Amino acid sequence: MSTARGYREYPQRYRYEAAVCDGCGKWHFPPRLICDACKSETFTPRAMRRTGTILTHTVVHAAASAFADQAPYAVAIVEMDDGPRVTMQVVDWRTGELKSGQRVKLEFRRISEAGPAGTITYGYKAVPMSLLA
Amino acid sequence: MRDVAIVGAAITKFGELWQQSLRALAVEASLAALKDAGVDHVDALYVGAMSGGLLVGQEHLGALLADALGQSHIAATRVEGACASGGLALRQGFLAVASGAAEVVLVTGVEKMTDVDGVVATDVLATAADQEWEAMHGVTFPGLYAMMARAHMQRFGTSARALASVAAKNHAHGIKNPQAQFALRLTADDVLSSAMVADPLHALECAPISDGAAALVLVPATKAMQLSKRLVVHIAASAQAGDTMMLAGRASLSELAGVARAGALAYQQAGKGPTDIAVCEVHDCFTIAEIMATEALGFFEPGQAAAAVEAGVTSLGGRLPINTSGGLKARGHPVGATGVAQAVEIVTQLRGEAGARQVAGARVGMTQNMGGTGATAVVHILEVR
Amino acid sequence: MGTSVPRKSKAGGEWSMKVGIVGYGANLPRHRIKVEEIAKVWGADAPSYKKGLELFEKSVPALDQDVITLSVEASRNALARAAKVDPAELGAIYVGSESHPYAVKPSGTVLGEALGAFPRCHVADFEFACKAGSEAMFVVYGLVRGGLIRYGLAVGADTSQGAPGDALEYSASAGAAAFIIGADNLVATIDDTYSHTTDTPDFWRREYQHYPQHAGRFTGEPAYFRTVLAASTALLDKTQLKPADFSYAVFHQPNGKFPMRVGQMLGFKKEQMQQGWLVPWLGNTYSGASPIGLTAILDVAKPGERIFMCSYGSGAGSDAFVFTVTERILEVQAAAPKTRAMLENDPIYLQYGEYAKLRGKILRV
Repeated sequence: MSTARGYREYPQRYRYEAAVCDGCGKWHFPPRLICDACKSETFTPRAMRRTGTILTHTVVHAAASAFADQAPYAVAIVEMDDGPRVTMQVVDWRTGELKSGQRVKLEFRRISEAGPAGTITYGYKAVPMSLLA
Repeated sequence: MRDVAIVGAAITKFGELWQQSLRALAVEASLAALKDAGVDHVDALYVGAMSGGLLVGQEHLGALLADALGQSHIAATRVEGACASGGLALRQGFLAVASGAAEVVLVTGVEKMTDVDGVVATDVLATAADQEWEAMHGVTFPGLYAMMARAHMQRFGTSARALASVAAKNHAHGIKNPQAQFALRLTADDVLSSAMVADPLHALECAPISDGAAALVLVPATKAMQLSKRLVVHIAASAQAGDTMMLAGRASLSELAGVARAGALAYQQAGKGPTDIAVCEVHDCFTIAEIMATEALGFFEPGQAAAAVEAGVTSLGGRLPINTSGGLKARGHPVGATGVAQAVEIVTQLRGEAGARQVAGARVGMTQNMGGTGATAVVHILEVR
Repeated sequence: MGTSVPRKSKAGGEWSMKVGIVGYGANLPRHRIKVEEIAKVWGADAPSYKKGLELFEKSVPALDQDVITLSVEASRNALARAAKVDPAELGAIYVGSESHPYAVKPSGTVLGEALGAFPRCHVADFEFACKAGSEAMFVVYGLVRGGLIRYGLAVGADTSQGAPGDALEYSASAGAAAFIIGADNLVATIDDTYSHTTDTPDFWRREYQHYPQHAGRFTGEPAYFRTVLAASTALLDKTQLKPADFSYAVFHQPNGKFPMRVGQMLGFKKEQMQQGWLVPWLGNTYSGASPIGLTAILDVAKPGERIFMCSYGSGAGSDAFVFTVTERILEVQAAAPKTRAMLENDPIYLQYGEYAKLRGKILRV
């Protein structure tokens, strides 16, 4: 990922900033420029709570090239407690913790790096809440 | 809108075609379709291709193919909608003829995927997903469909074996298609014992990486008899619909709402319903995709398709043969070619020229092609009258 | 710089304003490797590490964890315990580590951005072997006490590396501790500090080198023990306090043996050191070592209890602190994951091959 491409999304990748529609109150993550529910074009940025629930998941064995070292790795669609459904990796899970309905918390992790000399892209991943004391 | 007919149809061998370039494949299919139609010139060309740029470093494929065909003066346009590029090219050709903008249109779908290695091809296919919010998190295309498969399994109790039986069926069909990439007899056990690609999808549940091209010649139905000696196949419906770009944005992860919308529009245009379809090519990029597509098209109630596959309903000889060509799974999936290749198969069936895989007496057939996880959906109904 | 606070009255050249910890937090990786698993590969004698150095297992960062990610999570935990502090009020962010992911580009900029602390903030990365974390605490303490900032964030974090087969491989581990330091809403006051520094070449890593080197047994008596004893003795003298005046003590813990021995040499009892003594199961988290121990103590400490902490950084120096726990501690202990719970909660044990991959000791070609 180019440095500028990662940089402009820090509010979302680092702070889970959603756009809450001023028209209908729907939470959009990632933010939209026009609400798909009410067509409003004004939003208020708000950070999502870091908690959610796994809706569906997979364990990717044939990895995308940037993730080859992590294979096999889990990816899930997580329904955040504030509403948005977000695609993300699930990490630090053990057998039985990767399932629909599993409560997760977002953690700040490395997502990818542009080779050993390039920039590191950071963002959110889900961690099963059963292991958070 | 004018009634539009297909008077020429051709397809190259699909597979790992080390001797053939993107240009050679596109020209081979195009010339064969023109010969099949008995025409030597076209007014317009629509090329369906997903990613010439990333796969062979070549964009501007409309001009490239028109020139390679010796028709550099014509209106040539490349159409892209990820894995639905071919279906969209067919639809653009249909609209050009139906509107009166063109009299003779060539539609060619092509993809050359084996000039890059499999990991790069996987990355290229993932460009059909939202880069920022899906692919950037490491999800691959098999991964997205795997999450749909799991959602379907959770909701309907669909078994891994039922999914595997889709692949087994399509490979059984593919053996009867000389153009297919694989002539391989597979059992559900073989499929289930293949390597896991993205849990719960195994390697043998995923369409392969392929090279190939397919082409069609479209004319107004009123001129079809004059222009060509071939049996006229009418495009009874050409419908397109959409869904959210991201899988996560869907209200239901176990249904293809865009495909259902496109299917409903197509039935309405053609004045037909699911029971009128004698043979259908669906976009089985993964086994679960065939299950969900046939449910979306109204052939089966949601959650019922898997049992129908296991009961042989969708096999050759069954009530509604699906993917007689072998589908994306066995015929191969050069992505831009696929939507066009599906129509070539239905034309072949409706002409009664499908040989060992012929569906006897088929007069109405359907193709369903989709891009991404169904964000682009296109459905055609073809008919001989 | 953050909002300056009104200076309180001076008394005898000392500020009377109480400065201390407003919130604290730690973050530990879930992965572990046992000493036996490492010893097996190198034909080493596991019992000598276990009995001799009191090392049993250590934490291992996942491929997606580094000093920045550990610092962010530890800091979020610290902020959760400093409920009244808006991240935008942090006037300074200092991350101390010897394994910053970038040689050039601060860890602190990513941390501050992730916390929402920017742009009105002073940021620097610190490095002083294993005392970079306490160094960050020391500097933030000074800035708050001097009235330059209202709150500051000090982090000690490392994903330290030991060369394959080297003695350090049995201990070098990963973890982070973060402290919001300010002058109100304190969970513990910082009563006094003392730093002792000399040029003592016991451990180093040259530019562009992947693994550090050390001077063997020279790291012990003339380095660790001499420095920790000097700083600790000086602070006890300065504060007129005796070991018996403390409920807890925590020392830099490169292995299980050194901190217990240095504490006993100073007159502390094993019971005072037990709660912050994490190294046998966590490994040496370098810049995180004594600060993470301090978080484990704060997790259980009661109002009025006094804590002694002394770090050690090769090179060499020690920062010593005296803390007194306040009433507010009871409100915040449960507001974030507790350190010993993170240490003990169902770890994932690695085989050496997996560990070697996670630590970049083997690379895909």
